[in-house]
Amino acid sequence: MTTASPPTASPPAEPRTRVSRSRPPGWRGGERLRRGLLAVTAVLVLCALWELYKAIGPATGGRLLGVPVLPRANDIAMPHTWAILDELGKQEVRTAGSDTVGASVLKAMWFTIKISLVGLVTGIVVGVLLAVAMARLKIVERGLLPYVVISQTVPLIALAPLVAGWGGKLHLGGLEWQRWMSVSLIAAYLAFFPVAVGMLRGLQSPGANALELMRSYAASWWQTFLRLRLPTSVPFLLPALRLAAASAVIGAIVAEISTGTRGGIGRLIVDYSQSASSNSSRLYDAVLGAAVVGLIFAGLVSLLEVALTWRRGRGAAPGGTTQKAGS
Amino acid sequence: MTSTTPPPVPALSPTAAGPAGAPPAVEVPAVEVRGVDQVFPVAGGGQTVALSGIDLTVAPGEFVSLIGPSGCGKSTLLRVVGDLLTPTRGEVRVFGQEAGEARRAQTYGIAFQQAGLLEWRTVAGNIELPLQVHGVKKKERRERARELLELVGLADFAGHWPAQLSGGMQQRVAIARALAERPRLLLLDEPFGALDEMTRERMQAELARIRHETGTTVILVTHSIPEAVFLSDRVAVMSPRPGRITQLIEVDLPGRLGPPGESGDAPSTDDAPSADDVREQAAFFAAVTAVREALRAGGPT
Repeated sequence: MTTASPPTASPPAEPRTRVSRSRPPGWRGGERLRRGLLAVTAVLVLCALWELYKAIGPATGGRLLGVPVLPRANDIAMPHTWAILDELGKQEVRTAGSDTVGASVLKAMWFTIKISLVGLVTGIVVGVLLAVAMARLKIVERGLLPYVVISQTVPLIALAPLVAGWGGKLHLGGLEWQRWMSVSLIAAYLAFFPVAVGMLRGLQSPGANALELMRSYAASWWQTFLRLRLPTSVPFLLPALRLAAASAVIGAIVAEISTGTRGGIGRLIVDYSQSASSNSSRLYDAVLGAAVVGLIFAGLVSLLEVALTWRRGRGAAPGGTTQKAGS
Repeated sequence: MTSTTPPPVPALSPTAAGPAGAPPAVEVPAVEVRGVDQVFPVAGGGQTVALSGIDLTVAPGEFVSLIGPSGCGKSTLLRVVGDLLTPTRGEVRVFGQEAGEARRAQTYGIAFQQAGLLEWRTVAGNIELPLQVHGVKKKERRERARELLELVGLADFAGHWPAQLSGGMQQRVAIARALAERPRLLLLDEPFGALDEMTRERMQAELARIRHETGTTVILVTHSIPEAVFLSDRVAVMSPRPGRITQLIEVDLPGRLGPPGESGDAPSTDDAPSADDVREQAAFFAAVTAVREALRAGGPT
């Protein structure tokens, strides 16, 4: 044992800082690429698992003591991944000039994207305004915050027909209320909540010393808001925006279904599910379209994130001020 | 706002170098605290007496430290002077103005234990913050930030982000920011409390130099006896609950950098005595002992 063993443990690698300092903030090229590859790999793994289950799973479903515990793996319940993609190229109905399933899904996606976007933007504006009002006046926060929370406990399914019903009788000047506006309104109704709560939390996050500093400058509320509270709220706003984007898409799709609005992904899902017992590939295509809409919105939020943080220094932590970073 | 206060005249009196820090009668004191009580209500109905019967007068150009055990109200007193807290009773005047008026007139700059730099602003951007709030033009702001960064020895770091700086460097930026409006009074709340001992001593020497160069009146809250003795003309020793000033100790260290104009025994030029020389003389240790005994006499800590 005394023989000098070769130094198996190589000298510890230099602790690699995740972001090299020479790069401008926000630029993480290598990491981005790696993440992208990871996402693609994840999708491929998911497809492989799907096919694996199809290959070995019981075609009529598994039962344990008479209770169904495993889904059926036959072609109707679980079409092959390539069958789902193949279906996109087929015509919806066998008449000349009929759209392909893929074209229908794309059109429906575009319809839903527009509606969700209107809803998301409305939701963000309303959420931010509410948060600012609540941060400005304690009494507004006390009076409003409980209702903001309660608003989210009302089931969407119950709300959608009501909104459509009110909206149907509205004439705002020359503008007649359109059915899609009801859908956008419901999307906004879901989207405003995380923004209002997250933004309020962010606006209230500056530490006592930072606020005392602004007071020592005799800064007005507005200046304190602009120079301190607003920038401090950004790290809280970003995750809220992610939630809001997802909520807006879900809200729009569900609201399309429950208000019976034609043209969007929600309606397409209803249409395709009616033929799902014989051919479920189409339904999966519609669901795929919904997922892609969600991804697009996640991408939009990421762009917004880059825009909001490109000027920031690194090591940004919620709280607004840096603590001691070692000397 | 109509009363025009006379400009500070640091070299007014030939006796200013004497052991008595008391200002000549004609001079308006930099800070005058009279009979200040600060009482905080406590949840459940009781109350905490944070300050009781505080009287303190600080002369223009003077450096006064507030020292005492945790909870003695020294930070509270600093906040009362800065009009960040309104005293329950008593009166505070800063350069002859009522405290709130003095705050709005930017008579003082303040720095805390946490540097509290805004992480989304560069070092220069942080120093410019007060100037920006007061509507100073961009070019002037840049210029002033450059001057101040030179003063605190960070001239090359204007474009850095706070997170890239060490704790000591961040604290220098915080002090530069406090000096941005050329305040006549600097309020420091344990500014070096979170730094290691070596950095701390270096920062103390820096602060002594900055004070010497700018002639600013300073009130420093600190836990550290050597820090108080090294920097101060007078040390106010405080006792806890209710917080009161039990003793005011004059500190006269030969060869130390004083306010500008008051050269003392030291040549005010480049070959000023090193900070270590000041810390190693008998007068320094004597003063440390005096403060320590005053603290002990103040009650259990």
